[in-house]
Amino acid sequence: MIDYLSIYEKMHDNNIMLTFKGEVTFDLINSMLKIIESRLDMIEGDLKTRKKVYNVLVECLQNLVHHIDTIDPGEDASPYLSKTALLMITTSSDGYHVVTGNYILNDKIDKLKDWLDEINSVSPEELRELYKQILNNEKFSEKGTAGLGFIDIARKSGQKLVYTFQPVNDRYSFFSFQITIPKNYLIAQSK
Amino acid sequence: MESLVLQPTAHTPSVSLNSTTGVCEFKGRSTPENSVEYYDPIYKWIDAYVLNSNSKTVVNVQFEYFNTSSSKCILDVLKKFVKLHNAGKEVKINWFYEAEDDDMKEAGEDYSDILKIPFEIQSID
Repeated sequence: MIDYLSIYEKMHDNNIMLTFKGEVTFDLINSMLKIIESRLDMIEGDLKTRKKVYNVLVECLQNLVHHIDTIDPGEDASPYLSKTALLMITTSSDGYHVVTGNYILNDKIDKLKDWLDEINSVSPEELRELYKQILNNEKFSEKGTAGLGFIDIARKSGQKLVYTFQPVNDRYSFFSFQITIPKNYLIAQSK
Repeated sequence: MESLVLQPTAHTPSVSLNSTTGVCEFKGRSTPENSVEYYDPIYKWIDAYVLNSNSKTVVNVQFEYFNTSSSKCILDVLKKFVKLHNAGKEVKINWFYEAEDDDMKEAGEDYSDILKIPFEIQSID
């Protein structure tokens, strides 16, 4: 039998608030948001931080729903299941960490990487201008998304977007994304 | 013209658009699965209202949360009221935010910058 005690202890030691691996649906997202919201109400006294964590989580989950690339079960991707993703929310003394992981087609990597790097390279003021410009000028994508998700995550957290692409096979890679929402936002901002 | 009233859910706001009083209110959360679909009847109502509006229209916006795909829809909603303003009608937008919620205040400033019509950003306790 698997050593469940050690799994439990690891999750406990890493302060995991929620972890999920599987198919991400709208109903599931709402359930997870509900759980996290009530946990935050209990453990986080600062309204601003609570709202930031919730907002960032909403955008991360929306990204997962809209941008996951489905791996055909017939393809040489086993033991990976199609349309599944990873979500993990942890806490530490310095903040809340939201981690997502999902498959991405290799030929989409460059575009996504360029976008994330651009967001990471600009100042908060430039980020705000970029947000307003896209909000006012760009059309919705065919998936009904606005292209604002990652900018919003960067703005609300005030942190750099951390990511990696790990090759899976010649068609797919695994995209891991991590964002931290500082616990005392004002101190982090003044640094 | 009938009023449009939408009850709030865990992921959609409460909406009350009243053609008799000219008061239009949006309150709560907006993180629907498909924001374009959700906002569509709201767009249609405002388009009809603009053709036969009150002399004065007040738009009260008080969001707790909204996602980025709603942010675009919210802008499109507010732009329809700008049309009314440009047609010479009195229109005022009130953007309310919870006193400590700087992000929601900032969001109001972003909309105000883009729209350039009477737009008041007010904190509520």
